[in-house]
Amino acid sequence: MSPILLAIISVTAIGLICSAILAVASHFMKVPVNELEVKVRECLPGANCGACGFTGCDGYAKALAEVEGTKTNLCVPGADAVAQKIADVMGVEFEDVIEQVAFVHCSGDCINRKTIHDYRGIESCRAAQMLYGGSRACTMGCIGLGDCQKACPQGAICIENGIAHVDPRKCIGCGLCAKTCPNHLIELFPDTRRVVVVCSSHEKGALVRAQCSAGCLGCGLCARTCEHGAISVVNNLAVIDYEKCVSCGKCKDKCPTHAIQFADLSGRHRFND
Amino acid sequence: MAEFKLLLKIIMTSVLVNNYVLSKFLGICPFLGVSKKLDQASGMGVAVIFVMLLATAATWPIQTYLLDPNGMGYLQTIVFILVIAALVQFVEIVLKKYLPSLHKSLGVYLPLITTNCAVLGVTINNITDGYNFLQSMVSSLGCGLGFLLAMVIFAGVRERMEESDPPKAFRGIPITLVAASIVSMAFYGFGGIVTSLFGE
Repeated sequence: MSPILLAIISVTAIGLICSAILAVASHFMKVPVNELEVKVRECLPGANCGACGFTGCDGYAKALAEVEGTKTNLCVPGADAVAQKIADVMGVEFEDVIEQVAFVHCSGDCINRKTIHDYRGIESCRAAQMLYGGSRACTMGCIGLGDCQKACPQGAICIENGIAHVDPRKCIGCGLCAKTCPNHLIELFPDTRRVVVVCSSHEKGALVRAQCSAGCLGCGLCARTCEHGAISVVNNLAVIDYEKCVSCGKCKDKCPTHAIQFADLSGRHRFND
Repeated sequence: MAEFKLLLKIIMTSVLVNNYVLSKFLGICPFLGVSKKLDQASGMGVAVIFVMLLATAATWPIQTYLLDPNGMGYLQTIVFILVIAALVQFVEIVLKKYLPSLHKSLGVYLPLITTNCAVLGVTINNITDGYNFLQSMVSSLGCGLGFLLAMVIFAGVRERMEESDPPKAFRGIPITLVAASIVSMAFYGFGGIVTSLFGE
């Protein structure tokens, strides 16, 4: 037999054996794919943001398909439209999604808050926080170097006057910024709420006053003003109980430093309506 | 004892001196592609060790008992590619069925390595260096460990680079390549270590 023929035959034989093994293996060791999971996955927006509490859209789809009782209204970025689609595919009752918007609990911009250090390091809040808590006197507020801005997939956050602002019209409520902020200033709010505390400082009133003109002093005036007992002062900071709050806004008028404000949290879902 | 010393020498050589990524410049694609995050880089490294060992275990007998006796050594490359690709696919099917958690953690890396030049390079170099089966396996393990080491080191370098602020023209791939060359130069420092430790 000529060497060329031998070579051709042996390579073909090896190839055939390999393909035969693969064919047999894929037949006998097939893993059944859940069709429902694939269909549900197609409904989801694919942002993989983790707002639903699962590892991503794939994880959520798997949980919906396999775990009994997984809620169909957990996709915040997709909102009602996606919840409707999932409910149709799953054949269950439609549940309303609580649309959420990120909000920054700090209003200490470069005018309100004193700057005491000159920070010239890496442009990152996380790095600055490790170095004396950033350049400002109040180390519990917004550092303003834009880690949340970089984390936002929608470009909804901008840094103005050294403080982060969320554009609720663009925010999809995924919460990636809240996970990024080293001072944990960002919280997700249902977009129906109006009254918000715009300070996160737990320092005593006198110290807050020395550091920032927009900080919560913990004076408790708001708590005494509130007719519904919705406000309490915990650790020198006003906390609103949204179960009781009726958004009357009397506390906001009384607050000496305007640390309680009306915020426009009407997110893109309501805006589009 | 002499055999053990030889194996130790092989493993030291392949991890530090003849590092596949940093000295032989094989497997650059995953080296640059998945070294952005430390966990991804180490995942890829572990997957490469796994595939290198499997590939050597499959290709060494083929070369020794099938190709060489029939005078078909020149078919080495094409047969090895064929066998490695089929083998990795087979392993993926098996893992998906019986070890889904391992399959998930190796994830996309497994099929990515199917035709990786570092894997092919290891199997072919084992033959050209005239290693026996045990030596080949040890050499593959060493090369895999070397790959993992290079990936982990470089992932660390890149994570620091993400925080830095290079000139605009250098951002992205250019600065990564510069960093890779510096890491590679650092590995040249290991050049004499094996001859000093074990003698010629």
